[in-house]
Amino acid sequence: MDGTSTKPFSRAAGSTQAPLLSVKGVTLEYAAPGRIVRATQNVCFDVWEADRFILLGASGCGKSTLLKAVGGFLAPAEGQILLDGRPVTGPGPDRVVVFQEFDQLPPWKTIRENVAFPVRVSGRLGRKEALERADYYLEKVGLSRFAGAYPNALSGGMKQRVAIARALAMEPRVLLMDEPFAALDALTRRKMQEELLALWEEVRFTLLFVTHSIEEALVVGNRIALLSPHPGRMRAEINSHEWDLQSGGSPEFQSAATRIHRLLFDEAPIATEIDHA
Amino acid sequence: MRDAATAGPGIRPTPPIRPEYELMPEPIAGSSIERRVSLSRRLWQQAWLRKALILILLATLWEIVARIQGNDLLLPSFTETLQAFFEDIANGVLPGRAGNSIDVLLKGYVAGVVLAFVLTSLAVSSQLGRDFLSTLTSMLNPLPPIALLPLGLLWFGLGQGSLIFVLIHSVLWPLALNMYTGFTSVPETLRMTGRNYGLRGLRYVFLILVPAALPSIIAGLKIGWAFAWRTLIAAELVFGASSGRGGLGWYIFQNRNELYTDRVFAGLMTVILLGLLIENVLFRQLERHTILKWGMTR
Repeated sequence: MDGTSTKPFSRAAGSTQAPLLSVKGVTLEYAAPGRIVRATQNVCFDVWEADRFILLGASGCGKSTLLKAVGGFLAPAEGQILLDGRPVTGPGPDRVVVFQEFDQLPPWKTIRENVAFPVRVSGRLGRKEALERADYYLEKVGLSRFAGAYPNALSGGMKQRVAIARALAMEPRVLLMDEPFAALDALTRRKMQEELLALWEEVRFTLLFVTHSIEEALVVGNRIALLSPHPGRMRAEINSHEWDLQSGGSPEFQSAATRIHRLLFDEAPIATEIDHA
Repeated sequence: MRDAATAGPGIRPTPPIRPEYELMPEPIAGSSIERRVSLSRRLWQQAWLRKALILILLATLWEIVARIQGNDLLLPSFTETLQAFFEDIANGVLPGRAGNSIDVLLKGYVAGVVLAFVLTSLAVSSQLGRDFLSTLTSMLNPLPPIALLPLGLLWFGLGQGSLIFVLIHSVLWPLALNMYTGFTSVPETLRMTGRNYGLRGLRYVFLILVPAALPSIIAGLKIGWAFAWRTLIAAELVFGASSGRGGLGWYIFQNRNELYTDRVFAGLMTVILLGLLIENVLFRQLERHTILKWGMTR
């Protein structure tokens, strides 16, 4: 592989002194017919360089909305989102999203073009270099063989791999993943989690990952933010760096899962606690 | 066995515990797991062959009806029409007329397509543009192009100008409507992906929205093409040749006046053949190299 296109994420010196991404007191609202609904309220968390930061909560806790706000698709009603100290104002190639849906790949481009296209249109590299980088990251996710195929020829798991390769090829400051494996079958999902962790070991990207699976959160993340629903509010932040795919059955892992389960579902006393905080 | 089931309440039947076993998969039967489909089946899968069969059937039906009816003036037979058709092709009358028609048609069609693009691009980028397009479309789409012809003649005179004016009118609205529907039905995920790449404005429209809406756009282009043909032939029938350069409509009109019914049919046949050609060659190829290849349609 040639040096220019294979260079992993470059990092600014001294960036470990402050969080990479700061979500400060963010309240998000969305418009429903005839009313405005509050999705999250006063959410705060910090994501540091090379974190695998998980947003975990039951449906309705606004975790996906929060991710969209970090992606810049939605402006906060209150509070602010800072990336490298600068407020996020709109979508941009420094925060690439991997969505849950399989239709996130433009069907009119081959796999290779799909990965290279955003690199090129965002003005980072020329056509040739972009294609080289696409090949490099496609090899990383094990899809070199399908580089010339169109997305409709691929299975769901393969499409998600392409989406991940595409996101990595952009070498963004933060990689945003919105339940990327939720639509996959259980076996493929496990395989993808394994591959994602292996990629992280190699590239050390910063990840913000939304899920509703406690097990996935413990396995994939090194730190988990728990959100309580309606509207989404901070419930806890938990460390989970000690768990990996092998720790699934251990009693400690089980107790961690039980703790999260309790935090997520024994709501009543907590709501007031947060209000006073 | 019955005892277990009827032994009384509280005791549910439990299946017996059977021993486990492991097997190597048995060898694959035959030399390959694939089989070729039969020749007749493969021929039947060819769309052009099926369509050719339909055409032959229709021509035969025409021939039979014409023979039974036996009046050349009202309904010439298929063979007579074919004869007139080849005669006029050989002496260059039909190709010339068809050429004139296609010349005007292409000018009007291209202008209509460009205008439709401009209007829909405005419509997807602003609320006012959207209102503008929907109001204009609902106002003007139901208006028959022929009804605008007198106006066109008044404004642009007896030349190509007035024909192009009605052609634009007949292409623009149905195409704009289809295109806009296509743009609005682009999946939200794909839109967000495009914006995530940092695309906006015209680049966003051309790199994301247009390819994603291509199935609707091609449908609109087809409808526009058919509307343009109809309008052109009808317009030529109404006011005939412009500056000595008559098209197919004029050819049909002239031959009807002189009671050459076989030539009238030959003219109609030319329109039909051109339509089949454009649909099955041009649009089909366009689809095959885009939306079929991308799996957006079947």
